Amino acid sequence: MDVARATALCAVADIPLEGGVAALVDGVAIAVFRTHDGSVHAIGNVDPFSGASVLSRGIVGTRGDAPVVSSPMYKQAFDLRTGACLDDASVSVPSYDVSVVDGVVLVRGVR
Amino acid sequence: MTKRQRIVVVGHGMVGHRFAQAAVERGLTETHDIVVFGEEPRAAYDRVGLTSWFGHPDGAEALSLLPGGVYDDPRVRLVLDSVVTEIDRAARTVTVVSPPSAGSRDGRQGALLDQRGEPGAVTVHDYDVLVLATGAAPFVPPVEGRGKDGCFVYRTIEDLEAIKAASEAATSGVVIGGGLLGLEAANALVQLGLDTHVVEMAPRLMPVQLDDVAGVTLVRHVEKLGVQVHTGVLTEEIEGDRSVTGLRVRQAGTEEGARTEVVEAQVVVFSAGIRPRDALARECDLETAPRGGVLVDEQCRTADPHVFAIGECAAPGGTMYGLVAPGYAMAEVVVDALLDGPGTFTGADMSTKLKLLGVDVASFGDAFATTEGALELTYADAVSGVYKKLVVSEDGRRLLGGILVGDASAYGILRPMVSSGLALPDNPEQLILPAGSGVRLGMPDEAQVCSCNDVTKADILHAVAEQGCEGVADVKQCTRAGTTCGSCVPTVKNLVEEHFASVGRVVDKGLCEHFRLTRQELFDVVAVHGYRRFDDIVEAHGTGRGCDVCKPAIASILASQTSTHILEPATAGLQDTNDKYLANIQRNGTYSVVPRIPGGEITPEKLIVIGEVARDYGLYTKITGGQRIDLFGARMEQLPAIWKRLVDAGFESGHAYGKSLRTVKSCVGSTWCRFGVQDSVGLAIALELRYRGLRSPHKLKGGVSGCARECAEARGKDFGVIATEKGWNLYVGGNGGATPAHARLLAGDLDTQTLVSYLDRFLMYYVRTADRLQRTSTWIEQLEGGLERVREVVVDDSLGLGAELEAEMARHVGGYADEWAATLADPAKLERFVSFVNAPDTPDPTIAFTTERDQIQPIAPALIPVGAPS
Ligand SMILES: Cc1cc2nc3c(=O)[nH]c(=O)nc-3n(C[C@H](O)[C@H](O)[C@H](O)COP(=O)(O)OP(=O)(O)OC[C@H]3O[C@@H](n4cnc5c(N)ncnc54)[C@H](O)[C@@H]3O)c2cc1C
Repeated sequence: MDVARATALCAVADIPLEGGVAALVDGVAIAVFRTHDGSVHAIGNVDPFSGASVLSRGIVGTRGDAPVVSSPMYKQAFDLRTGACLDDASVSVPSYDVSVVDGVVLVRGVR
Repeated sequence: MTKRQRIVVVGHGMVGHRFAQAAVERGLTETHDIVVFGEEPRAAYDRVGLTSWFGHPDGAEALSLLPGGVYDDPRVRLVLDSVVTEIDRAARTVTVVSPPSAGSRDGRQGALLDQRGEPGAVTVHDYDVLVLATGAAPFVPPVEGRGKDGCFVYRTIEDLEAIKAASEAATSGVVIGGGLLGLEAANALVQLGLDTHVVEMAPRLMPVQLDDVAGVTLVRHVEKLGVQVHTGVLTEEIEGDRSVTGLRVRQAGTEEGARTEVVEAQVVVFSAGIRPRDALARECDLETAPRGGVLVDEQCRTADPHVFAIGECAAPGGTMYGLVAPGYAMAEVVVDALLDGPGTFTGADMSTKLKLLGVDVASFGDAFATTEGALELTYADAVSGVYKKLVVSEDGRRLLGGILVGDASAYGILRPMVSSGLALPDNPEQLILPAGSGVRLGMPDEAQVCSCNDVTKADILHAVAEQGCEGVADVKQCTRAGTTCGSCVPTVKNLVEEHFASVGRVVDKGLCEHFRLTRQELFDVVAVHGYRRFDDIVEAHGTGRGCDVCKPAIASILASQTSTHILEPATAGLQDTNDKYLANIQRNGTYSVVPRIPGGEITPEKLIVIGEVARDYGLYTKITGGQRIDLFGARMEQLPAIWKRLVDAGFESGHAYGKSLRTVKSCVGSTWCRFGVQDSVGLAIALELRYRGLRSPHKLKGGVSGCARECAEARGKDFGVIATEKGWNLYVGGNGGATPAHARLLAGDLDTQTLVSYLDRFLMYYVRTADRLQRTSTWIEQLEGGLERVREVVVDDSLGLGAELEAEMARHVGGYADEWAATLADPAKLERFVSFVNAPDTPDPTIAFTTERDQIQPIAPALIPVGAPS
């Protein structure tokens, strides 16, 4: 992983609580979420079932203990921590390393 | 190929209709053409439910078994207003007398010319097969004065219309005959506001079904309701000059000339039994049974192999059956016979269960213990007026029959035990002791659950296990169980629930893993606690942090109860995708925009604005089914600018994205149309503006037609309004889609104000109590009591909820604001409408279009290889 390169995306307050935003990093669309407990997660924005770049617009909630977003297209749930699709074990979206430094959201490892 | 055969059916009553229906369903029309002649001015209706005509504003339509009067299959032709007057068996023809207008059904009720003895058109028709389904006629005993004005029978809608008209000027009425039908007629007279008497020759009411104790128990109930019962009396004479003034009666068993009494009455209804209408058969020398009825064999065939008889006019093996279920069975047997099937009719269960004047009465099997050695077990509670009797076999092992008065809840389990011969438990008295004594009985598979339509337990289980039925409503549709008298519906419900429990499918109405509550329960919880935030609700009543099921449901509940903008911070995160962006997401992640065009009426100026916006933003335009225009292909970040253009021109959100009112479709109505009788466009606009923005369990659609031609297809909507000469008819529960449903009449001939208050109540009642994503049709089906229940709450205001429901709607109407304009006015809400948080001006690179038929079309975003980052 390219540890050195971190990209600043936005202020953490720009992400609605229990919601998401889309961001563009080197031409790649990623979805960044903030869950109810305040933690921030990032996964690919493209919904693999439709090909549309929309996951950031899904509803954020939980399934069991997992924080999830459900795709606004066909409603499959994706684990925000890993990008794994919980409704189809053969499908996942990329997951990215994010951190919050001084209120700024940083992402790494997007290629 | 053999020549198509021609079937002539005489009589379009309940059984004639069932024959035609079964013929279509079972493919008999592949080889046969069917023509049905019916003497009444309308298609078959539910005679069993005849009395409910009084309670309905447009009862005739509500009772119809064939609304519209036309079969789906063109090979079945129905000719109404037409009497078959003669059968020529040698030539195989029937002679039919019709008034000149018959056959052209243009909405007018044809006059019964021939029945009044005036000349009608006479036609002769060939048949290969003749089916007599002429029913029965009320028996009027030869009492002196029976032809006077004010004397009626109780069999057809016309009879009821006449009784109703006569009652307006009357104060008291008397029913001659205290049997099943007589008590029903008495019920009707009570409803019409008459002092009501029943005279019965036998020493008790319902002598055919009830024993003495049961009869006495029933009298107590009936008298409490204001009906005066005279048992053991004979009618001597009907008094009055031209019109009835009273009934002279004397005690049965006394000599002629003995002391008489006069029961004052201006309305007399004869209900002294029925006689099969077998005259046509007799006149062509077909044999009839000694007590009436066309004599037929087990296939319902007469001695002439080309002629069958079914229903109340038939006497299979010499016995006629005065109930609808045996008639239906006969209809099926004849269809079977014509398909060379093996079906036979070998007698019927004459069990009866009904609610008479609000009193449960049931009689089944060997109710009078005529079986050798039969024993009776009885339970009577004079205080609450309950009487129950079981007739069991000598060894106490088998149930033979029984009578229940005042509480017939055990009927559903008892009656099938008789037909199946299921062994009784050791202490059979438990079966009739008051509830809670805890005997549970398995029913054998072959037990008949619905006797009207002959549906067994096995049929019902098959429907749920194999045919994908998900609930009682599905089972009713699929098996017909519970669709005639409805008394078996609770049993059907239990069977369905037991089945799902047994296969480990939790019949859990909870919303999702986060809430064990149903939508209705959540709605109440929110109302009671006054919650405004998801966090409070999930903390107090749920677990976890919600999902795409419960969050939008709660957002909808909150929106129904408050009028705050759906994108306020507390609820924005709960909204479904479409609500969240106030537009409809499309397959490539772009949105479509639908401005409201109330009632489908729009000025040229506004049309031009829509055109200009579409052109300037390069949007694809299409006219929707709801009479408005959809603009496709807007990127999310373009939405506010598009709305601004539309709002500035006087448009507002059309809520095409919401589970909320979509449109109220209209025809052009009386302003332009030469057939219109009311201003349908004006009403549609008023209704659309009234209910716009109302958040509901599912999308809601309405329609208004300006006349009975129904060009607005209003009956395909959740609420449909159709103009009449006198006002408006209100229909509810229709929808298109995968399982289309026709809306049914809720109330008729309403003035506009009443219409609106009924609609307010109806919609709010639905919003409050329906399940998530339940359209009005399924909601009504699943309500205990169905449409009747809705009518009680909405029209009769039986729960006293009317004012509250109307007040809630008034709050909604008063609090309405356009969601687009409000969003444009609030910078905080607008912040979200950017493509990328860190590159707000960069359009989503995956969105691309090509051109087709001069408009844009999305190019499917290249499907990203599954599992691999791009
Ligand atoms: C008030 C009331 C309540 C009832 N309640 C119950 C109940 O609770 N349970 C139950 O099982 N049954 C009940 N019944 C009885 C039930 O309605 C009948 O069993 C059923 O209607 C019989 O059907 P059918 O088709 O044989 O006769 P009908 O329904 O009477 O139909 C016969 C039709 O044939 C027409 N016709 C007759 N002669 C000719 C001709 N020559 N040419 C053309 N047309 C002709 C008649 O006009 C009529 O429309 C009730 C009946 C009434 C009146």
